[in-house]
Amino acid sequence: MRRALVIAMTLAVAACRAEARDDYLGDKEPQRFGIGHTPTPAEVAALDIDVSPNGAGLPAGSGTPEQGATIYAAKCASCHGKNGEGMAPAYPQLVGGPKGVFNFASDYKIPRTIGNYWPYSTTLFDYIRRAMPLTAPGSLTADQTYALSAYLLNREGLLPAGATLDARSLPAIQMPARSHFVPDDRRGSTGGPKVR
Amino acid sequence: MAETTSSISRRKLITGAAVAAGGVLLTNLPGADAQQVTKVPAPPPASPVAPDDPTKVPGAPTTAVGERSPFVHPQRAPVGEITGTSLTPLQDLTGTITPSDLHFTRIHAGIPTIDPTKHKLLIHGLVDRPVEFSVDDLKRFPAVTRVHFVECSGNGRAAYRTPKPEMTPQQVDGMTSNSEWTGVPLATLFREAGVQTAAKWFLAEGGDASLLDRSIPVSKGHDDALVVWGQNGEPLRPEQGFPIRLLLPGYEGNANVKWLRRIKLGAEPFMTRWETSKYTDPLPGDKIRMFSFEMDAKSIITSPAYPERLTGPGWWPIRGLAWSGRGRITRVDVSTDGGKTWLAAELLTALTNKAHVRFEHMWQWNGNESLIMSRATDDQGYVQPTMAQLKAVRGPGTDYHFNSIRAWRVARDGVVTFEANT
Repeated sequence: MRRALVIAMTLAVAACRAEARDDYLGDKEPQRFGIGHTPTPAEVAALDIDVSPNGAGLPAGSGTPEQGATIYAAKCASCHGKNGEGMAPAYPQLVGGPKGVFNFASDYKIPRTIGNYWPYSTTLFDYIRRAMPLTAPGSLTADQTYALSAYLLNREGLLPAGATLDARSLPAIQMPARSHFVPDDRRGSTGGPKVR
Repeated sequence: MAETTSSISRRKLITGAAVAAGGVLLTNLPGADAQQVTKVPAPPPASPVAPDDPTKVPGAPTTAVGERSPFVHPQRAPVGEITGTSLTPLQDLTGTITPSDLHFTRIHAGIPTIDPTKHKLLIHGLVDRPVEFSVDDLKRFPAVTRVHFVECSGNGRAAYRTPKPEMTPQQVDGMTSNSEWTGVPLATLFREAGVQTAAKWFLAEGGDASLLDRSIPVSKGHDDALVVWGQNGEPLRPEQGFPIRLLLPGYEGNANVKWLRRIKLGAEPFMTRWETSKYTDPLPGDKIRMFSFEMDAKSIITSPAYPERLTGPGWWPIRGLAWSGRGRITRVDVSTDGGKTWLAAELLTALTNKAHVRFEHMWQWNGNESLIMSRATDDQGYVQPTMAQLKAVRGPGTDYHFNSIRAWRVARDGVVTFEANT
């Protein structure tokens, strides 16, 4: 019995070996291959444009809602509408969704806008900087991006008129939807087949 | 003489290729006004003429690049311009592999034209050694080749919200496709960079004009994530991320960042637009689920389906596709009586992890009106829910992950129409 078990285990190990890669000719795969190039700090900085909720990555600069209104009219309104109402289906509504109600699952037509759906204010800066305007992404300065963020937050009642938005004040803005977001719980604490 | 013939055929070939590529080529040309390119699919060419007896005349010469039979015209259904989608014609596919030129696409700032000799992948952040790889560098690492599906998590939205009897499998679920991918495990690159234990998330950023970025758990990188350059035996197509894309088996399509150019390791998620404003799931009550990456088990019958018509009672194959983002499909059941009774379908292909599986059930149709449907089960024990079950837990206004059982109504005259409410 015990002997049979040993034989079975040996066979199992042999089977694993047979499945393993055989093209290292006996050499173990190294921890590192040493392939690639070490970038300079400047090379990293040129690409390192993301902004985190704590404000990490926000550049110097500032802007006000009033400055943003002018830029919005010139560069954004043609797609997102004069008043941020959007143009379905490609260009989303930005502002003016219902406030204080979060039952979005009851009707897909409830507008999801920055003020009632976006959980982090920093996302606004990050997204505008990397992707907008659609036909000239990356063309806005840091000041213009702060100003546009300030304008949209002001339109949603989250920043007073005349306020200056910068690397310190932007991450401090608490977004109304923040507490409504929950991590994926479809598997529950124990996994399994439940439909959630 | 031989040279003349050869140059004529080459010119003909190039012209043919340009016509076949249609609007896609035009939108890629720098300076072309993408917004003016028509997105209406080109009509199929005029009916081809075959000789009465093909065995009595010599056939066509060999060609540098093969083409489909002139009798066959599968087409994606492109919608939108700089931002847009194109849907895989599921009803035209056989087996499990989606031809690369029919793989669905979802683009947010057009399809970039990238010179592979200039493209780099940077890995930095919470790593011991920031490192930058050229595409050739990546190809020096030990490679793997695996079959996986990619499905947009918005797949099935129209069927969930605004179903119509006249919907084809392509219109219902055409944002899932299945390919053989070749690349390097992200875990290998993580070791190369020395990912620190404090790193719990990584930002994956694409090199398109939207610089699309998503936060992914580092555990996925150590598990089965790949950086791929090959698809179905050739380099990635531009619309699939040429020269490299992230491939996260089983995760919603948007997270499989195309034209991958940067990976940054961090302690927390970065909360990009694509994981907050979009790709989040409102739930009944006032909650919004985020980071719902895995695509739950799903199946769809691709034949018979609208606009097919059964010509009469008798034996008919019911065929379709099943897949799960959480593991392997273990069974697919088929019902021909609206879900009252179920029978196990034949699984025709390998039960590959996080990949499409082809199923078939031979059905003896008696000519009565019938409601046929399929139900997938995966190795986690998860069973594809009905529409009623899914709507109860997600609400009618939820925005992604529409994996309810799909049905087709076969009328007495053989006409087949879509039925979403199961």
